[in-house]
Amino acid sequence: MIEIKDLHKSYQMGSNSLHVLKGINFSVKEGELVAIMGSSGSGKSTLLNILGMLDEADTGSYFLDQVPIKGLNETKAAQYRNKFLGFVFQSFNLINYKSALENVALPLYYQRKKRKERTEKAMEYLGKVSLAEWATHLPSELSGGQKQRVAIARALAADPKVLLADEPTGALDSKTSYEVMDIIQGINDEGKTILVVTHEEDIANMCKRIVHLKDGVIVEDKAVEQVRASQYV
Amino acid sequence: MKFIFERDTWQEIYGAIRKNKIRTIITVIGVTWGVFLFVVLLGMAKGLDNSFRSQFNDFATNTMFLWGQQTSMPNNGFKRGRGMQLTLDDVEALESQVSDIEYIAPRNVTGQWGTPPGQFVRGSKSGAFKVFGDYPTIDKVSKKKIFDGGRFINEEDIKYERKVCVIGEDIYKQFYDKEEEAIGDFVKINGIYFKVIGVYKPTQQGFEGDDSIFLPFTTFQTIFNQGRNISWMVITAKADKNIVNTEAKIKTALKRMHDVHPDDDQAFGSFNLGEEVAKVNGFLSGMRLITYIVGIATLIAGVIAIGNVLLITVKERTREIGVRRALGATPAEIRGQIMLESIMLTFIAGLIGFVFGTIVLWGVNSAIGNSDDVPILNPTVDFFAVVGALLSIVLLGTIIGLIPAQKAVSIKPIEALREE
Repeated sequence: MIEIKDLHKSYQMGSNSLHVLKGINFSVKEGELVAIMGSSGSGKSTLLNILGMLDEADTGSYFLDQVPIKGLNETKAAQYRNKFLGFVFQSFNLINYKSALENVALPLYYQRKKRKERTEKAMEYLGKVSLAEWATHLPSELSGGQKQRVAIARALAADPKVLLADEPTGALDSKTSYEVMDIIQGINDEGKTILVVTHEEDIANMCKRIVHLKDGVIVEDKAVEQVRASQYV
Repeated sequence: MKFIFERDTWQEIYGAIRKNKIRTIITVIGVTWGVFLFVVLLGMAKGLDNSFRSQFNDFATNTMFLWGQQTSMPNNGFKRGRGMQLTLDDVEALESQVSDIEYIAPRNVTGQWGTPPGQFVRGSKSGAFKVFGDYPTIDKVSKKKIFDGGRFINEEDIKYERKVCVIGEDIYKQFYDKEEEAIGDFVKINGIYFKVIGVYKPTQQGFEGDDSIFLPFTTFQTIFNQGRNISWMVITAKADKNIVNTEAKIKTALKRMHDVHPDDDQAFGSFNLGEEVAKVNGFLSGMRLITYIVGIATLIAGVIAIGNVLLITVKERTREIGVRRALGATPAEIRGQIMLESIMLTFIAGLIGFVFGTIVLWGVNSAIGNSDDVPILNPTVDFFAVVGALLSIVLLGTIIGLIPAQKAVSIKPIEALREE
């Protein structure tokens, strides 16, 4: 599903050049649930941004579902993001003046789906995260965990190939974190490929594989025995 | 461009506008105010214009007044300072010599320029008023409104030196009770009985006011012992003649007849409305220009305010825009949305301003009615001016919307989504 070879990325900070990713080789097969771990500055967010086509690598190759991701213009990148990727952010990033349902329907809007279909699909995914009865509520009326579940529903609505979650539990307490991870595991069980960036050991252990990043290189890449989140919920 | 016609696009915009009420209102106020001012200013200017025009309409604009003064140059053995007295002979001579003349009306007056006013007596009341001796043609030059049932002096009155008079509205009010019939009534002017044949009201400024008495020219001549002398004459040039040229021709003819030096500009005084009308027209078009400038400047200020607010909101909505782009919005879609928001806001604001402006104009119109006191008549705005204004603010809204739209697109989604 994801094929990355010798990926390099550096940022220009005034006169200094900051080499963030120093040759990443990494591949993810379909249906995997991968945790990307690392302390801050390890390059994990940069990697995720590149995977999410929000940023571009300096050198190296990136194939997503056999499609080369290289030299895309903004329009093409937007279309690929919409088609291939679902994003979940630490701070949820729901649009505050749209209801839960409208938020979930937004990626479908950018897919030019008809309104009826959008509402149906959005309702379906809201049901998946058990928030159907909150459909008409604004994000400000939802708890943190609910917001993140709406965000997950939104990420799934366009039926992406890969779900990219950047510290999805970073702003949540443990109990809510496990609820969110439970949902993520459930989605993975259905076959969706998911990448989770986290620095929390327990969250990482709920994935099937942990990739450790340190100073821009992968120092460890191991399969783990998945801890089911449901036992904590 | 297809997305403009899609319902979803508008729902998306409607959502954004509706959910940001305060910003929407603040944004809208600028343009609403601008368009409101534009419409009201334009309407008022038009009203003023209409009012001036309606006043001049009653007045033949190619009309001049001519009177005798004193010579300022010696000529043909005459000393300077010789008084010029115009007579009926001059009138007849001018009529036959200057082909430009359409109407020529000699006038006599007493009660003006130091001459004693006429004594008007009815029953036990009396008063002193200006008395004019006039030909019917004067009514063609300087229109008066004659109240129902009455008439102005006619040729028969002149021919038979009838003792008839037309009195001003103010005199009527002073001497008659309300609803009392003045027509056919007999009054005494300087001890002689006259029959009232009409009551007039002036429709524009003039010597007459509304408290003068008009007598047939010939009757005036006899009663006030004027012989063939006249006070001044009113001349209207033919429609295709320029009154300024006609005035020169007339003066040349008069100078020849009265042995006045050709270069003596003091001998005959004159005044023509052609120049006055040109001045007023110039004033009106100047005012229109100012109105347009002020109106358009206000509009631009309003639209800039919209651009400004949108720019700020784009900054506020950076994250939202980032999210949208992460979810697959293309730069074109983001740009389109911000621009359509701008256009939509300007258009709605413009429409509201226009409606309010029109209501105010309508209110002004009905408050003034047909009152002559306020120099505003039927204040309206030209339909095309309004459509033009709306189109141009939409255009301006588009242009100004480009700035925040470009700003929105220039923010990389990764920057927009970066955690604080």
